[in-house]
Parts: sequence; structure tokens; C-alpha cells
Amino acid sequence: MSAAPLLLRGLRKTYGDVVAVDGLDLEVRSGECFGLLGPNGAGKTSTIEICEGLSDPDAGDVVVLGRRWGEADRDLRERLGISLQETQFSEKLTVAETVRLFRSFYRRGATPSAVIDLVQLGEKVTARVGKLSGGQKQRLALACALVGDPELLFLDEPTTGLDPQARRQLWELIERLRAEGRSILLTTHYMDEAERLCDRVAIVDHGRVIAEGTPRALIESLGAEHVLEFAVGEGSVDDAVLRSLDGVCGANRQDGAYRLQVSELHRAMPALLQALRNQGAQLTELRTHSPTLEDVFVSLTGRYLRDE
Amino acid sequence: MSERPRWTDRSLVQLTLVRYREFMREPEAVFWVFAFPVLLAAGLGLAFRSRPADRTVVAVAAGDSSSQYVAEALRRSPDVVVKLLPAADAADSLRTGGVALVVVPDHWPERQVEYRYDETRPESRLARLVVDDALQRAAGRGDPVSARDARVTEAGARYIDFVVPGLLGMNLMGSGIWSVGFAIVDARRKRLLKRLIATPMSRGEYLASFVLSRLSLLIFEVVTLLGFAVLVFGVPIRGPLTTLVTVCVLAALAFTSLGLLIASRVQTVEGVSGIANLVMLPMWIFSGVFFSASRFPDVMQPVIRVLPLTAVIDALRANILRGTGLGGIVPELLVIAAWLVLSFPLALRLFRWR
Repeated sequence: MSAAPLLLRGLRKTYGDVVAVDGLDLEVRSGECFGLLGPNGAGKTSTIEICEGLSDPDAGDVVVLGRRWGEADRDLRERLGISLQETQFSEKLTVAETVRLFRSFYRRGATPSAVIDLVQLGEKVTARVGKLSGGQKQRLALACALVGDPELLFLDEPTTGLDPQARRQLWELIERLRAEGRSILLTTHYMDEAERLCDRVAIVDHGRVIAEGTPRALIESLGAEHVLEFAVGEGSVDDAVLRSLDGVCGANRQDGAYRLQVSELHRAMPALLQALRNQGAQLTELRTHSPTLEDVFVSLTGRYLRDE
Repeated sequence: MSERPRWTDRSLVQLTLVRYREFMREPEAVFWVFAFPVLLAAGLGLAFRSRPADRTVVAVAAGDSSSQYVAEALRRSPDVVVKLLPAADAADSLRTGGVALVVVPDHWPERQVEYRYDETRPESRLARLVVDDALQRAAGRGDPVSARDARVTEAGARYIDFVVPGLLGMNLMGSGIWSVGFAIVDARRKRLLKRLIATPMSRGEYLASFVLSRLSLLIFEVVTLLGFAVLVFGVPIRGPLTTLVTVCVLAALAFTSLGLLIASRVQTVEGVSGIANLVMLPMWIFSGVFFSASRFPDVMQPVIRVLPLTAVIDALRANILRGTGLGGIVPELLVIAAWLVLSFPLALRLFRWR
């Protein structure tokens, strides 16, 4: 059997009083794209930086490509590709000079120009890094992660802050890397990103994995066909009442916005309207959508994943 | 893919090239390292140029015909420039430094004359001697001893000769501390340091690239400043060049290490600016860049002598102006080397990559 490229057991990391990672277990399988999904501050970056050998865990076991950090780190680094959150490359250098610099650190790997073509920065070879757009900078970061022809890639929030088109471009690139057989661990707080790219995801909150599986299995675990969101103008609705409605399998509320996980929409809708009438609440908003990983997170934590 | 990499693809070469490119693409840095010392030398050289036979400017207070007579008598002396001014203007000119002395003829035929001048001004005291001499001669005084003047002006004893080694030392300090300190803190702030150590890059090579780029830029720096001083001002370089090169290289290494030490933990550019200025300020003042460090009180001398910039400037002056070889500047070299040997390992120990 081929060993797991990444194995984490009982990982713990604290910064002063703050517990960043609180007993986290994880296994990334060979050739898969694994996503750490969670809100900001959930411990994703702390976890991935421990995996990258950039910080030491307080407790727990980390096995990367069959090795532990502190043995032959340089050899291990030859086989990893890393893209950190918020790295700013030197703005005075060109794209080609930056990639060539990073290529010089590795014993083997593709030529700088081949990697630049791969991330579609061919037209920007001689452009200064300071002149690149956000998406182009992220693709440059990916190029620098790829110059050593890595077996395992760590991508920390690869598309944060990018516009939709730049994100899609990056997604296509990451899909290609996975198709080449590289194993990937990526962190994100975008549920659509995790659903699109990841074979499996672990939902992380307060430094722990609270759910793990394929995006489809996680969504199915809700037991809901639809998610119904609504808001009321005046008065409020009792959660217990909502949960007991016909065809509803779960309910959450945050700041006056309600969210119902619904198994049968045609039965839940009339029941909801009736309940609102009974409680004297006026409906001001109503939406339905197919369930997403976001709904999984909300049903597990009662909170939203989003930034704000 | 498996062919042997060209030497230019080696990481140490690439890292050094990056240092070099970053520097050359920063116009301000290029200005401070290359243009600033040259401009400073040019300015100081002009301001303190040694004028051939400084002429004394004096005023004669205009009054009756005796004023004309006195002015004529003084004009015959080659060392005196005479202005015939109304009494009020003459007094005004004396106050503002336009003239060194005012001669007030007082009934000249009876041979009386009054000199008005400020005793604390050296040029006024000089004017008193020159003017008195000229008037006494005009009135018929003879010289019992005949004297002959042999005028000597020697390159190497002028202010510009004194200040050029000082500027060179100051430049070696500034570019060493700034270039390293700023680049490292900037890379740390941008999390580029962290990104770099996530690669198989050798950390030693990263730090070595700063030393290498510093040494290569040093050549241009020294040649620019000294070349300017030699060609424009005729500053002599009397000592062996090997000694000059040794002092410059050792100084660059010591200041680069000091820059590393300063930058070893600082997280912000503002922070490193503050510390670097704090470290450099005492040396700008005490190390004898613009005037001799021996002007400071004796109790301070032991401290001033162990400052790295003092040692560098003393060694450079000894070499450039007095032609001293390595053997004559051993104490200075030891001081510089001590700073290198102490600060480099300490910088490595304290250095934070993130």
C-alpha cells in the first residue's frame, strides 16, 4: 500500500493563552486534494504551517511523506511545494527572476520557463512583480511552489481576495496539478472552492475537525434536499416550533435570519407559512437553495463561515 | 532536467544577483550610496577650499583728505583689500562680517589712526597686524632684518584631504548597516523570509549573499568616491593599495554584520530605522568624520577609540594621508575585526526567520 503523504495525530498548538490547534487528526491520501475548511481563526494556518515544518507543535505527531520534521529537513523540503498566505515577493524583481531564484534552491525540477508557462504567466515573464494583479501574484506564488516538482503541495488560502475570474483560473490550475498525481492540502474559507476542488474536506472549528468526508457525503449528512432561508419583519419565531414543522429536519438562527434544512419543500413551505401566521410574524425575505458545505458548517456550529 | 546546472543557476549566485538587482532598482539607495558622498565631498571641498593667499578686507572710514591718503597707502599693500566707506556704513560692515577691521584716520597729518575691530575674530587680529604694518611702512618705517618668503602648499594637508577618508568610512558604515538591515526586515515583514526557509534553500547562503553583494558593490562605492576626490581635488593616496583594500573589506564585513545584528529580530521597517540611527548617530558625531575625534575630552577617548567607525576612519586616514601600511594600523584593524567577530555569531544566534 502507498503510505499517506500526510498524517496528523493529536496535534496541539497554543500561542500564550490562545489554543490555535486543539487535538487535530488528519490524513491526506496519495493523489487527493484535501481541503481544510473553516472560518478565519479556526486554526487552519497554524495547522498547515506545522505540516510545512515552519512551526513546531506543542504536542502530537506529524508525518510528512513518511518522515518527521527534524530528521532530514532539507531532503523533505525538496519534495514539498508551498504557497503561504500573504507572501509578498520582491516587487523589484521580474517574474522570470523570481521563479529562477526559487528554482535555484531545488536539485531537480522543471525549467523556470516551463513552470511560468504552466501557470500562464508567459506574457508577464519580464514584468516586475509589483506590477502584477492579485491573481497573477497568486499564480506566481504557485509557480514558486511548483519549481521543485513537488509530490505534496500545501496551499494556504490560495484564492483569498481574488476576483471571481481570477479564482476560476486558479481552480483550473489546481485541478491540473491534482490530475498530474500530486497530493494537495489546501485551506480555504470558501465553501464553493472546497466543493469544487477537494476530494475530501475536513471542517475545522476552534482548532478541531468537527466533520470530515467527501463534500457530497457531508452535504448528504444534513438529510436535507433544500435549505430555506427567511427573515421576519416583526416578532420572532420559536426555534422549537420551526424544528417540529412538517418536512423540516433542522433549524438555525443568526441575527434575525433563519435557516431551515428541509427534506420535503412542498410540505415544509405551507407549514412554515402557517406557523408564521400563528405567531403573528411577517415574512420579509424568503429564499431556497440546494444545500452546500456552508449549510453543513452552519448546522454544526450555528455560525456562518463567511468573513463578516 | 538532470543535466548539471550552470554556475549562474546556483542558489548563492542567484541570491546575490537578487540582492544586486534589488539595490540597483532602488534609485534612492543608489543615490545615498554613490551620489551622496560625492556631492558631500564636492560641497565640503568647495566650502573649505584653500584660497591662494587670503586677502584681508578692511574699511577706511571716509572723512577728510586723510582718509584718501590712508586708503592709498593701504592699497599699495598686496595683502589688503580696501573699501572707502562712510563711517556709519563701515561700522555696519564690521558688525556683519563684511570687513575685518575699520581704520579711522584721526588727523592723519599728526599721524594718528584708530583701529576698530573685534579681538575675538582671528581674521580681525590678522587684519590689525597687516594694516598696521602697511601704514607704518608707508610712513617711513624701515625693516632692520631682511626676510625672504618661501611659500609651500602641500596636497594632503587641506580640509578636503582630511574629510575624504572620513566620508569613505561613513559611507562604508551607512551602506553596510542600511542595505542589510533594511532588506532583511523588509523581507521579514513581507513574510518572504518565511517563504524562503520553506524551500530547501541554505540559510547560510542567504546571509552570505548579503555579504557577497556588499563586497561587490563596495568596489564601485570606493572607486567612485576616491576617484572623484583624486581627480577633482587631487587628494593623494599615499599608502599601499593592498592596505586600503584590506581596511575597506574588513570594514564592510564588520558593518554588514552589525546590520545583520540590528535586523536580526526587528519586525518593522520603522523599527530598524530607529535602531540603525541610534547605532550610527554616536559614530557620526564622535568618530571624526568631519573633524578630528581627538577634540573630545580625554575621558571619552577610550570609548571613542573602540567605536568601529573611529577605527575605520583612523586607519583610512593613516593609509591615505600618511602612507601607512598594514603594520602601522594594527590596533585599528583589531578593533574592526573584534566588531566583526562579536557581531556576526551573535546575529546568527538571535536571527529570526519569521
